[in-house]
Order: sequence, then structure tokens, then C-alpha cells
Amino acid sequence: MTTNIHASVNGEPCQFQCETTDTLLKVLRENLRMTGTKQGCGTGDCGACSVIMNGELVCACLVLAVECGQADIRTVEGLASAGQLHPLQQAFLDNAALQCGICTPGLLMAAKALLDKHPQPNETQVRYWIAGNLCRCTGYDKIVRAIMGCVS
Amino acid sequence: MNEEPTDYADVAEIAAGNKPCAAVVGTRPVRPDGVDKVTGRARFGADMQLPGSLVGMVFRSPHAHARLLKVDVSAALALPGVKAIVTAADLPEIPEDQAMDKGQPPDFRDMSANILAREKVLYEGHAIAAVAAINERTARQALSLIDVDYAVLPHVIDLHQAMEPDAPLLNDHNFTKGIKPPPKKPSNIASRYEQVHGDVVAGFAQADVIIEEEFSTQPVHQGYIEPHACLVNVRPSGRTDIWCSTQGQFMVQAYCARLLQMPLADIRVFPLEIGGGFGGKTTVYLEPLAILLSKKSGKPVRMEMSRADVFKATGPTSGSYMRIKIGAQNDGTVVAVEGVLCYQAGAYPGSPVRLGCMTAFAPYNIPNIKLIGYDVLVNRPKSAAYRAPGAPMASFAAESLMDMLAQRLDIDPLELRLRNAADNGTQTAYGVTFKNIGYRQTLEAARAHPHYNAPLAPDQGRGVASGFWFNIGGQSSAAINIHPDGSVLVTTGTPDIGGSRASMAMMAADVLGVGYEQVQVCIADTGSIAHSDLTGGSRVTFAVGMAVSQAASAVVEELRRRAALLWKVEVDQVSWAGGAARLMASDKSSSLSLTQIAASSAQTGGPIAVEISVNAQGAGPGFATHICDVQLDKETGRVTVVRYTAIQDVGKAIHPSYVEGQMQGGAVQGIGWALNEAYLYDENGRLLNPGFLDYRVPVASDVPMIDTVLVEVPNPRHPFGVKGVGEVPIVPPLGAVANAVSRAAGTRLCDLPMSPTAIHKALKRAARRRR
Repeated sequence: MTTNIHASVNGEPCQFQCETTDTLLKVLRENLRMTGTKQGCGTGDCGACSVIMNGELVCACLVLAVECGQADIRTVEGLASAGQLHPLQQAFLDNAALQCGICTPGLLMAAKALLDKHPQPNETQVRYWIAGNLCRCTGYDKIVRAIMGCVS
Repeated sequence: MNEEPTDYADVAEIAAGNKPCAAVVGTRPVRPDGVDKVTGRARFGADMQLPGSLVGMVFRSPHAHARLLKVDVSAALALPGVKAIVTAADLPEIPEDQAMDKGQPPDFRDMSANILAREKVLYEGHAIAAVAAINERTARQALSLIDVDYAVLPHVIDLHQAMEPDAPLLNDHNFTKGIKPPPKKPSNIASRYEQVHGDVVAGFAQADVIIEEEFSTQPVHQGYIEPHACLVNVRPSGRTDIWCSTQGQFMVQAYCARLLQMPLADIRVFPLEIGGGFGGKTTVYLEPLAILLSKKSGKPVRMEMSRADVFKATGPTSGSYMRIKIGAQNDGTVVAVEGVLCYQAGAYPGSPVRLGCMTAFAPYNIPNIKLIGYDVLVNRPKSAAYRAPGAPMASFAAESLMDMLAQRLDIDPLELRLRNAADNGTQTAYGVTFKNIGYRQTLEAARAHPHYNAPLAPDQGRGVASGFWFNIGGQSSAAINIHPDGSVLVTTGTPDIGGSRASMAMMAADVLGVGYEQVQVCIADTGSIAHSDLTGGSRVTFAVGMAVSQAASAVVEELRRRAALLWKVEVDQVSWAGGAARLMASDKSSSLSLTQIAASSAQTGGPIAVEISVNAQGAGPGFATHICDVQLDKETGRVTVVRYTAIQDVGKAIHPSYVEGQMQGGAVQGIGWALNEAYLYDENGRLLNPGFLDYRVPVASDVPMIDTVLVEVPNPRHPFGVKGVGEVPIVPPLGAVANAVSRAAGTRLCDLPMSPTAIHKALKRAARRRR
């Protein structure tokens, strides 16, 4: 069954049609052609598809698109504004916190969700908050440093 | 020691034109592709679409070992929306005598059978057919309509069982290679390798202490976060375009051409960004299937593996069993090593056991070594390269033995290593004589590091271990274009897997004498630059960096020539410094910047462009020493790494942050290998943990910051002194963690992974022994 959904993606009104079995990840990547959000597992284990939905950090692969009616969805594509990188994006660049870069969009969204909720986390809180976002390249050191560098 | 006359110092100078001034090299600028990657704009393997693309999916074996009696795809093909199906019958048969080039792997006959099973399936997940349909749902439905009859055969997952004479045979025609006379009976042992150096009998006769131990490690997956993915468009002319995530676009081109008997020129591969590889993306799985499906259907075909497919049908690296004996004198001098290494190849021959034998004791100057390696077939996916293939497991055994020796002789473990350390002039057991190595310096840096002398808390243990990797050079191409506005484009043919665009731009900037911001880097498709070997073997910054440096030097020569034309003087009147030509032998000082020369290029002979191809030799070998502190919970057996320091001779760090990143990432992969990662099978040979929930790689809360020390002993055969850095970092961690855990536990842990259960058992066993 095809359903018509109205939502907000990165602050813009957005309308899409989806099957009841479609995930938010599939809709973002295929229907809306926003491929910044990545698929690493499809089972909520790697965090590469992390997005912020109604203020909560979620794995887009575990959210059904039909659940997104009237939802406010934020993805990596909406992080920079008016050509200005978000401080987290700049910090990831300055700290060389990415190697291959496939986990980066998810980690940025996870870090944003953390700082939105807890503006002054310590290192342990950062590490536990991003424990759902796998990175196989960096050993997390520079990622943690980048996020800590954005603590107000 | 005597330097060979073929030393590359002079070549390096030629490569660099003049000695390049390192204004940019050694700094930490933002990588050229950085903004794309933090804004979601970078396109990875699964991010490409073409209008009208079909979805390709693979039908895989549910059995670990079975004969294929019937593969009937007619019902699936009849399903509306299904556009093509392929089976092994669609793949050209590769005769045995044409399977390899000059006897060197890969074996294309095996690769073909691995891509689509012929006659037999050899592991759960082995591909049997591939489907292309209008959408994913239809493709899935088609898979369910494929009708296969299997005659299920006994299987063998365990390494020891596979080596038994009555084990189920994966290949009835496998007669162990490397044994004389050749065996008359087939077995699962694909080959035997022997490495002999000196005389071990005489060596052990000089030993005061002899320690012998058995070790085992489990297969581990490279664990790249991006599953394999590709998009293929075969045009009616037969010309084929491939967009994919790979460590080498030229490898994909060559392998597909070979497997499908196509001319190389008909295949053009566009490398997309690669979401991790670690050696696991140095072969092809999906691309040949997508070509066949696209050819049959006349449409572009997109394929993407599921995570379960990645675990079941790609990688991993070998599990191993090793029994090694070490002999030393009372002062710690190691006099002999002898042992056997058995590595799981998976379903087809080709484990890195030979590399294990070669690397295990390479950090040490040991006069007598005899190591025998066996490559063993088991009903598991064919092993693939994983970062320093074969070295970490062998090093785990070697470094554990060194630690046991240190404990037995009551010698500090770093001191023991210093007493036996390989130096310049040391002849290795595998034949090479070391030059310009910095191993001893890593040991000295470790001993001087505050970490090594910091106090330990109760139930904590400290382990050290060293590691070696060859590093390679190889065929590499680079082009440099100077645009009329003075901006510089560097083009290479090697995927950027961890920041190599930055190091290429930095080296080019310094040879040209321009700012880093003036240089952009493009990773080109196979139709846009000459051949380059793949990104692997820690070779890119060294070998492609050499090509880039040489191309930049040639550009400098050209710029001097153009300046001479503009000044109407001989070229020898023109020098180059600081990104500008300078007129020497002139009373008035004149200079023309690169930008000024570029602006008038149309008047001086046209575009300024150079392309260079090299086959780089002289990669400096890599050495590392790691220090690891663990906290052991003796109640539960749980281990936490509380402090970790990685020290490595990196030659020269072009971009230190990305060098540190390699060391930190390798260390954490090694920690996962040591403590937790393993393939688990049920009694039917089916993988129990094909997902990141149950195959648990280290997460951020599992590990501490990874401290790094970059030791820089320059490689004279590279213009900037570069040695490869990407692989060595995964070699020491297995030993370092095991030595730390063993010291904390008060008992030796010889089997990986050291899971809480395994440690708990070892603690109980040790307690019983003490009673």
C-alpha cells in the first residue's frame, strides 16, 4: 500500500510517497536522493544512517517511512547553513577525524544530538553517546577530540 | 655497512628536481575532499544512480558444502519485472593452465568459481545465481523462485579437522603443493611453505632456555562500514562503464576483463569514494555479475551487498594455529626459532601463511630460523587480504614467546627486544638485508615514554610488542596540469582511502613551491590516466607520492623552459625557487611566478601538463612497538584497555594527523582482534554472527585515547623520505594486548580472542594448577 507523507526535512516542507515496508533511510536515499545518510548494516547496529527525528537521534534504517508524518527530520545535508560549516563539521576537518568518511555523516548527527541535549559532556559521556556509531578507520581518538573541541 | 651502488638517493634527487623545501609537508592542512565528506556530498559506492537502473541481487547457498544437482531459474525468469538471471553457465570457463599469470596469484579459475559456484558450493553464502529486476521487491521474489537441488556433503570448519587424513575434501583434485615427492592422495592442505635460515639444530644446541607454545587465532573480518556496491552500464557497443567502491579501479578493470574475456579497453571503471577496505576491497565479487546482468538485460544494473552477505561471502582473514619453539641464551640472545604455522585459506587456496612465516620474527636478528607454513582449505569464505596480511597472527605468537622469554629470564621486555633488535645490515630469514630501518629507535622511544614507566594499579598489566611489515612500491601514475589561472590539478589512479589526496597535494605543492590551497587532487577513472596498482601494501604515499613528485619536478623543468622563452634566454639561465622562475646571470633581478607563466602558456607552446608513470622500488620496511595497559576484572574475565601507546618509524610523516590516524585505527582493529572478534559457526557450518551486533568490533566506549609517537628515520629512496605507514599498526596489538592480559592474569593467554569467557576459564585453570 502506498502512503503519502508530509514531513519536514532539514527545515523544508517535504512530501513523499512510500510503501508501508519502506524505511526512512530508503526514502531519504532513493525517493529524495539525499545520499549523505549512509547504509552500513540496515539493522541498527552501525549508526551510519543516524539522523535526528523530532529532536531524537535515530537510525533511519529502523524508522518506517510511514511513521514520519509531520516529523521534523534533520540529516547531514542540513548541518551547514548558508555556506557556513557547522562547528562540528569544521572540528572534524581540523582534527582529521575522518579517514574513509563513510561513518562521518552519522557521527556528525550523533554528536549534534549529544551537544543539543548535553552541551558540556566529558570524554566518557562522548564515548558512550557515540558507541552506537561504528568507525573502523580512526580508532575514535580524533573523533572524540573533535567533539570535545566543540564543547561550549 | 656497505651501501649498494643502486641506492636511490640520486634518483630521489632527480625525482625532486632540486631538493624540495618542505614548507607544506609536515603540516596538518584540511584534506581536499574534507568538505564533501562532512556535508554528505561525497559519493560512495551505493550513492550512484542511472535512470532506468535495475536492482541486482545474489542467490546464495544455505549449505556449507554441497553438490549442485540442479539450478533451475525458469520460474524466477518468468516473474514479471525480472530482466535477467545469470549462473555459472554464463561465466567463461577458465582452463587450469590459464588460471594464473606467471604462476602468481590470484587464481582466476578459483575467482570465477567463487563469484558463481560451479558444481559445488563450498561455504554458506557462496553465490549460485544473480538476478536483475525492476525493483528490490521483485528481485527478492525472484530469488525465492530459484529452484536448486543440493546433495549436501559433510563439511569442515575447524582447521585441525580439515588437516586430518579422513577430513571431508573441499577439492578432490587438491594435492598439496610444496611437498616432494608430490602426495598421491588429495587433501585439504593446499600448499606447504618452508622458510629456513641458518641451522636450527645447531642453534638450539647453544640455547640455555627453550620455550615452546601453541597459539591460535580466529578469522576476523576487515569490517569496513560500507558494504560492497557497484553500478554497471554495458552499452550496446559492449563498452562497459563501472562505478564502484574499490581499492583499485585498474584491478576491477583487469579482473573483470580476465574473468569475462573482455578487452581491457572495453571496460572503464570510475572509482567512487571508498568506505573502508583494509585489504577487503582488493578483489571483485559483484562487478562481474553486474556486467553479465547488464549485458543480458540491456539496462544499467545496481548491486549492493547486505551486511550479512559481507560477513558470509567476503573477506575475512585467516584463522590460525601455530606451534613455535624459541631458544635463547641466559643473557637473552635468541639463538633459534622453529615452528609450524597453519592458516585457514577458506574455500580456495591463498591464505597469507607465507607472509606470516616471513614477518613473525623479522624485527629480530636471529641466526637460525625454520618455519613451516600450511595453507588449509575449510568450508568458509575465501580469505581476503586484511591489513598486513598474515603478519598479526604470526606476530602474536612471536611476541608472546618473546614476553615469555623475558619473564623466564627476568629481563625487561623492551631490553630483551633491544638485545635482539634487527639493525641496518641484518639479514632477514626471508632473504632481504635491512637498510635505513628505524626499529631500534621505536624501542628506545618506547622505553623513554612516560607510559612505560607509569605505575600500574592492582589487576592491571602492561604488555609490549613489536611488529614488522614489508611495505611495497609498485606501478603508479600521476599527472599534473597547470591551469591558465595558475591553479594546479594533480591526478592519480589510486583511491583515497584515508587522506592520501592531502599528502599528494602537499608533496606537489612543495616541489612546485606553491601554496597547498593552489593544488587540487583528482582520483581518475581508468580511461583518464595510465595504470596504477591498487591502494594497498601501504604503498600510496610512497609510490604514488614518488610519481607525483617526479611529475611536479618535470613541471618545474617545463616552467623554467617557458620562462626562458619569455625572457628570450637559455634555460640554464633560469632557476626555480619559491614557486617562481628567477633569471640568474642578470644585473636586474627578474622573476616570473608560476601563475604568470601559466597565464602566457598559450604563447609559449600550449598547456603545461605532465604525466609520469613509475614502477617504484625501495619502499622502506616498517617497524612499530606498542605499549598496552589493561585492567582485568578477575570475577568476570572482562578486560579493559586503559592506556595505549603506538610508536612507529614512519620515515617522514607528510600529513602527521593522517599518519597518527593510521596508527590509532590499526591499534584499535588489533585490539578488537585480540579481545573480541571471531567468526562463530553452528554445527551445520552456518555463520552465527553475520552482523555488527554479534560480530562486535570495538566501539568508542571500549577504547581509550591512542597515544602516538612518530619516529622519523627517512627513507633515502623517496624524495621526502616516506615509508609506508598503513599496515604496521595492526601487527603489534595482538601481542601487546595478550602480553598485558597475561601479565595481569598471572597466566599465559595463547588463544584469541581473549573474551571474558576465555579469560575466566584460563584464570580457573591457573588457580587449579596452583592448588
